[in-house]
Amino acid sequence: MMNTSKSLFRINSGTVIKGKWHANNYTILKELGFGANGTVFLAECKSGQVALKISNNGMSIISEVNVLKSFAKVQGYSLGPSLIDVDDWVTGSGTVSFYVMEYIKGPELLAFISKKDSSWINVLMIQLLKDLQVLHDHNWVFGDLKPENLIITGPPTKIRCIDVGGTTIRGRAIKEFTEFFDRGYWGLGTRKAEPSYDLFAVGMVMMNIAYPKRFNKTTGGIQQLKLMIQQKNELRPFEDIMLKAFIGKYSSANEMKQELLQLSGGGKTINRTAGASSVHQRKKQTVQSNQWMKGTTNQSAKSRQLVKKRKKKAGVLESIILIIIISLLYFLYIYGQLT
Amino acid sequence: MELTHKWRGVMMKTGKLKQILLITDGCSNQGEDPIAMAALAMEQGITVNVIGVMEHDTIEERGMQEIEDIALSGGGVSQVVYAQALAQTVQMVTKKAMTQTLQGVVNKELQQILGKSQTVEDLPPEKRGEVMEVVDELGEKVSLDVLILVDTSASMKHKLPTVKEALIDLSLSLNARSGENKYAVFVFPGKKKEVEKLLDWTPRLESLTAIFSKLSTGGITPTGPALKEAIHYFKNKRSLRSLVSDDDEYFEESI
Repeated sequence: MMNTSKSLFRINSGTVIKGKWHANNYTILKELGFGANGTVFLAECKSGQVALKISNNGMSIISEVNVLKSFAKVQGYSLGPSLIDVDDWVTGSGTVSFYVMEYIKGPELLAFISKKDSSWINVLMIQLLKDLQVLHDHNWVFGDLKPENLIITGPPTKIRCIDVGGTTIRGRAIKEFTEFFDRGYWGLGTRKAEPSYDLFAVGMVMMNIAYPKRFNKTTGGIQQLKLMIQQKNELRPFEDIMLKAFIGKYSSANEMKQELLQLSGGGKTINRTAGASSVHQRKKQTVQSNQWMKGTTNQSAKSRQLVKKRKKKAGVLESIILIIIISLLYFLYIYGQLT
Repeated sequence: MELTHKWRGVMMKTGKLKQILLITDGCSNQGEDPIAMAALAMEQGITVNVIGVMEHDTIEERGMQEIEDIALSGGGVSQVVYAQALAQTVQMVTKKAMTQTLQGVVNKELQQILGKSQTVEDLPPEKRGEVMEVVDELGEKVSLDVLILVDTSASMKHKLPTVKEALIDLSLSLNARSGENKYAVFVFPGKKKEVEKLLDWTPRLESLTAIFSKLSTGGITPTGPALKEAIHYFKNKRSLRSLVSDDDEYFEESI
């Protein structure tokens, strides 16, 4: 009954795993990653490349399989991988359980964003929220939402999720979480599986994009998170939405999605935060910026700053000239007095 | 499925889970052998989990071995971590031990249905899913008593604020379940005795006071006597309660 801290499996590439019950063969190609509940390998089988998760905790494997099975029943839901096989592998040192799922190929969220325009944040979060809504509608909460678990596939670009270890029936206690994305850690709510739990994590995923190394809790609470948003230019346009997610103001993923859509200019109403008419002009000039209000507001803010700076410079010049003229006059006066 | 009814029965019978959570940073050096005490606890249906808090790189080997052995003979889970990772670990270890115990209960029931040598692992994967659902549901609904034993010997002093936070985090995790939770906190060594009660059974661990972070006494580490006292405390609770009702009786037969 001992627990080893890392359930690491070392399996050489080329090893063939044969299922005890269903007798399918899987040839291990390489390790894809490991988590708290096991190791995931890329493997080859009759039908092509698959991802194979193996663990010496057989029950956690079964628990995840239960989740994937119920996902399979949900139409139009594609966030998680599809399940292919569940079986046991009899090795020299005992029997271990494994399951086989669709191999989702692509970069992780942070790696993807770092190479792209930050405007992708909005699109991907909208996609994610759309899938979360379907998940919540079917009585599940994702739980352990974090960038490492989010893979970007495509084209067409699509966000997918690769680890269902935290996925929990609504109303129960969240099975697995990561502190940075957990509202309980920040003192902003319970660990009950509710849609708002996932939405908090979506907000923190956005935070993680701006702070790739994350940060520790100091004061905790909404104050610290608000401060962290305000320190990053790329997060400022999302401030209202993120804060609402953090304090649990959204009753559904849809609601949050709608507000992100409005922010991107894709919704019916014009963005509340962008009142300046220059934004509209810009919008006409460049078709691209139509989608990304964020970019334009930044630009207009920048140009406003420039004008201010120029004004400041002019002011300094003016006073220097004035001082020189006055002192010249003064010298002339003194000179006149002396002679 | 015919089994389903049986599982409801298991759920009724399971009653209450009892755990001792020992948080320490080294070897015991006074009184009874803690490994023997852990075995005694297990005999009485109490699971013993141990968390070792690391100083710099590692705990000395003797301490490490003791931590593993206590959990092993107490039927629980052990883990050695840095203080920073304490919160995440405490809740994980507690939940893991719960699942283990519940799996044990379910396995016992399975053996009665399917024959002596059968366990969940002997079922085909398709059938296991249903059993796991039962374990998950039990984990959500079962009542849980956790008696927390904190080592407050001198070397633990600066880790105590972290320990306190980790315990509050634990209650956050457990209180998200629909089952009932009760916590009690003991520290060892105490001011006058080897073991001192800090918090009596309560559903609210947040009530752990500010004094906790400042506690610290001499160099002795009476882990064994602390475990012994913890077992006693569980017993006393039961005998007191059994005067009022005997709903805890079920538990003993199921473990």
